[in-house]
Amino acid sequence: MTIKSSGDQTKMKLKNNAVSLDATDIEILRALQKDSRETYGAIGKRLGIAHSTVYDRIRKMEQQKVIKNYTATIDVEKIGIRNIAAIMTVYTDPKETERVAEKLAALPGVLEVYTSLSEELLIIAKVTATSQEDLHEIIANSIAPLTGVLRIRTSLVTKKFKETQFSITNGSERLHL
Amino acid sequence: MTLDTSSRILKTVPREKAFYFFTSIGNYTGISASSLKEFMEKINEVNVKSLEFHLYRGDFEKWIAEVLQDTDLAGETKRLQKLSLTGNSLRDQLSFTVSRRFKRLTSQSASSRF
Repeated sequence: MTIKSSGDQTKMKLKNNAVSLDATDIEILRALQKDSRETYGAIGKRLGIAHSTVYDRIRKMEQQKVIKNYTATIDVEKIGIRNIAAIMTVYTDPKETERVAEKLAALPGVLEVYTSLSEELLIIAKVTATSQEDLHEIIANSIAPLTGVLRIRTSLVTKKFKETQFSITNGSERLHL
Repeated sequence: MTLDTSSRILKTVPREKAFYFFTSIGNYTGISASSLKEFMEKINEVNVKSLEFHLYRGDFEKWIAEVLQDTDLAGETKRLQKLSLTGNSLRDQLSFTVSRRFKRLTSQSASSRF
């Protein structure tokens, strides 16, 4: 992802040229990723633009699906949920990797699914469960039986140091203004 | 024991009901068994840690009773837990127990045809 300057207009080119954003759009996205409940007026005041401009740009980015949704980040421990998490590496028959990944993605306890080509073709997934026994049941009954699964390695998460989504803010060092 | 009972215990079960060998929580060895015959073969090749993991969790006993519906072998497997065996001693004893049961079932099955 790069941002190209052309005169006063700073444009960010996304891969495949799907959507072109300027510096103001990016600043608006930064503001929303920090606090999506911040008012158009407050964002506009900080950026030195009218609140109607903020509104128009947000609407446009919503229509273009640059902004996919607005969600709440919940501290699940505060509401008494003490789930365990695990990182699972699934070694598969290369012919079945895509299909296994899709099946994994459809399981309720599976939070993230990636395929990797680093050494051999494998799937990496983040799984959550209510207990180690529950985790084992999910893997033994729903994942191991999938056609194409060759073996599975699972590491239980013992301590979390950071968990966040990619944001315009924390990826800013890679944006060349 | 009737021929029906022996045949039911010796049947091959669908993939989703097979026994999947793990060495610990979430660590699947890639080895599975879909019948008593296959189970008997696989306990001789799987990592012995897997046998220890499943025996003392009661997984063998549960699968044999619920999926193969062999309460006699399930009971024998449960009794193995009390011996506190590990390593190859466990493998040998489990293999002996399952093989003996398999032979009994297959010989019954064969003799009932005459």
